[in-house]
Amino acid sequence: MKKAWVLGIATAVLLAGVGTAGSQPRVTITYWQYFFESKVKLVDQLIAQFETQNPGVKVVHEHFPYDAYNQKVASAVPAGQGPDVINLFYGWVPLYVDSGYLQPLPTDAFPPVQIERDYVPMIKASRFDGKYWALPTAVRSLALFYNADLFRTAAVVRPPVTWDEFQGAAERMTARDDRGRITVQGFGIAPSGQDHHLLREVLFRQWGASPYSADNRRVTYASTAGVEAFRWYTDLITKSKIGAIDFFPGAGGYRNSFMAGRAGMIVDGSFAIGAIRRGTRAAWGIAPLPGKTVGGAPSNFGSYWVHGLTTKAQGPRRDPATAFLKFLVSEGTQRLWLDAVGELPAYKRLVEDPRLAADPSFGPFISALPHARATFFVDEAAQRQVIVDAVNEVVLNNKPPKQALEEAAAKEQKILDDFWAKRRRP
Amino acid sequence: MAAAARPAGRPRLELRIGQQRTLWAYLFLLVPLLFFALIRILPALSSLYISLHEWNVISPVRPFVGLDNFRTLAADPKFAKAALNTVRYVAVGIPAQIAIGLALALMLQRINRFRGLFRALYFMPFITPIVAASWVWQWMYSQHLGPLNHLLLSVGLPAQPFLRSPGQALYAVVAMIVWQYVGFQTVIFLAGLESIPRVYYEAAEVDGAKGWRLFRNITLPLLNPTMVFSVVYSTIVYLQLFTQVLNMTFQDQGGPLASTLTLVLYVYHLGFQRFRMGEAAAATAVLFAVILVITLLQMRVLSKPVDY
Repeated sequence: MKKAWVLGIATAVLLAGVGTAGSQPRVTITYWQYFFESKVKLVDQLIAQFETQNPGVKVVHEHFPYDAYNQKVASAVPAGQGPDVINLFYGWVPLYVDSGYLQPLPTDAFPPVQIERDYVPMIKASRFDGKYWALPTAVRSLALFYNADLFRTAAVVRPPVTWDEFQGAAERMTARDDRGRITVQGFGIAPSGQDHHLLREVLFRQWGASPYSADNRRVTYASTAGVEAFRWYTDLITKSKIGAIDFFPGAGGYRNSFMAGRAGMIVDGSFAIGAIRRGTRAAWGIAPLPGKTVGGAPSNFGSYWVHGLTTKAQGPRRDPATAFLKFLVSEGTQRLWLDAVGELPAYKRLVEDPRLAADPSFGPFISALPHARATFFVDEAAQRQVIVDAVNEVVLNNKPPKQALEEAAAKEQKILDDFWAKRRRP
Repeated sequence: MAAAARPAGRPRLELRIGQQRTLWAYLFLLVPLLFFALIRILPALSSLYISLHEWNVISPVRPFVGLDNFRTLAADPKFAKAALNTVRYVAVGIPAQIAIGLALALMLQRINRFRGLFRALYFMPFITPIVAASWVWQWMYSQHLGPLNHLLLSVGLPAQPFLRSPGQALYAVVAMIVWQYVGFQTVIFLAGLESIPRVYYEAAEVDGAKGWRLFRNITLPLLNPTMVFSVVYSTIVYLQLFTQVLNMTFQDQGGPLASTLTLVLYVYHLGFQRFRMGEAAAATAVLFAVILVITLLQMRVLSKPVDY
């Protein structure tokens, strides 16, 4: 009796489904990102454009607060409620792959050879298990922000080209009161801000140390060259005293101190341009990061958010989802993204565009993209803490930089080992 | 009587008014109980369940790992550091808070004019938003720009690193929390003091007792229930310390070098920054056990009935 009843309802539902499918041949796919106003507005426009180009497809755009993003994914995807196309931080890709939420990018739509030819090199960090799992629309890199008024007062004629010049300029700009307390930092030191990236991908490399092995399984920065780079950085705090950790307390204190005219220079990402433009009263400028020597090999740190296909995008939704992903990472979208969101394009072609390279704000960041690398983080919070602690061991506990860096490398190695060991587990 | 007014003949459970009222009370108490079970007990049980599994927050698979998470914790020096720090917070913060609170209450009890004003002033930090207060204190402690060092220097003392020193940071945080809770403590003690009958003091004074002896033999023993409440309550507050530490060391949370790290902050980092929910749940289970044991011990040791 009960069975017949269930069967009846199932038939009715099925018939209704066929009925609507017949009258409305549309496929609905869902796109998720976290809430960032300019991105949300732009994606709404893009979806309208995509839907006109693809009349059979309807894209539902959903966004969530950043803090709840992962939890939202975790509760929705296993229930079959999640997105077909999803936006995520590049550092989360291994987590998402291991959890079975992402499918590899279809190689016919995104041939790996083409990816490596078209994109800036940093996106290699998204190659995992020999496959590409997601691609960015836009990327970020680091550059040197300087206070032009403080430069003038300290007779610094141009932004530093080498780290030696950088140190000299910082020393000249540092001001202290009669009791030796710093009132203006030459350089806004921030190990937990961008400086741990600066150490990993810029200073270590420029001093001749590879921070990690090519397969991302071993920490290799505690070499002689690495120790020298680390010592140079900690000497800025302990010897030349051109800045102090937590000089301005609070989140983004280094950036706030720069905006308040209390730091001559900071190293910050392209994402900081907007805040600094709004908040800085003094004249300021952006220059490429200095190098170890004039004409020496440049290097930079890059990071990005990627778009990927979830395992939900199967059957009739797979092709439209792939098409939407292709549209999201296309050259046209990348150009719009730069104007609307202020993030740098991910295509080499656009990076080489002389008009973009000449832009006073974006130029220094864009010129860094060909040699910017994204660290393959397996546990970014813990890996950042390792470097922050290493700096503090030297600054607060007077540990020799060599010992502090070796201990840091051992701790970070443990984090990597832990990650790779867990992956082998079925 | 309501029952008697009903038409007779229908067999029904006869309840006296008292019983009916009790039943209704239970019924009304059941609603918050269900709510409590749903939002407190159920998550607590599920966190115990998670602590025996490996879970990266987003994975649908949560393999059972037995006590592995607890072993990982035991091997993590940061967990040991966080536990030790938490004990330090309790050991330094609570005596300081109770001593200052009691001293203020005793002094307030002696004055009649402006007592309300003083009480309000002392109580104000307690109702100030914790995050805002933490940020203000962080600025006051600032090594190079803060007013505290300005003050020290102006009286000829050397400037201090405060929150930037692994040796001082924890005590700098404790000072802020004591400042925050001392008004609350004072008000509790004032109420306790008011409840001690004056006759005991008068009788003792007739016998020639004065000052310290009055305090030692009358005030302190009769304040015991208040004291037990204060100690138990503030132990729980200090064991669950999070917001103040997070906000006062925002750039390097729990730092420098984990010197201000608390168990709850450690749990937060594991669960919500590093996506290691299993270990985070295990640490929570440990914290829960510690709070339970300490609270039971305190109740047993501290609460002695006092009769005169």
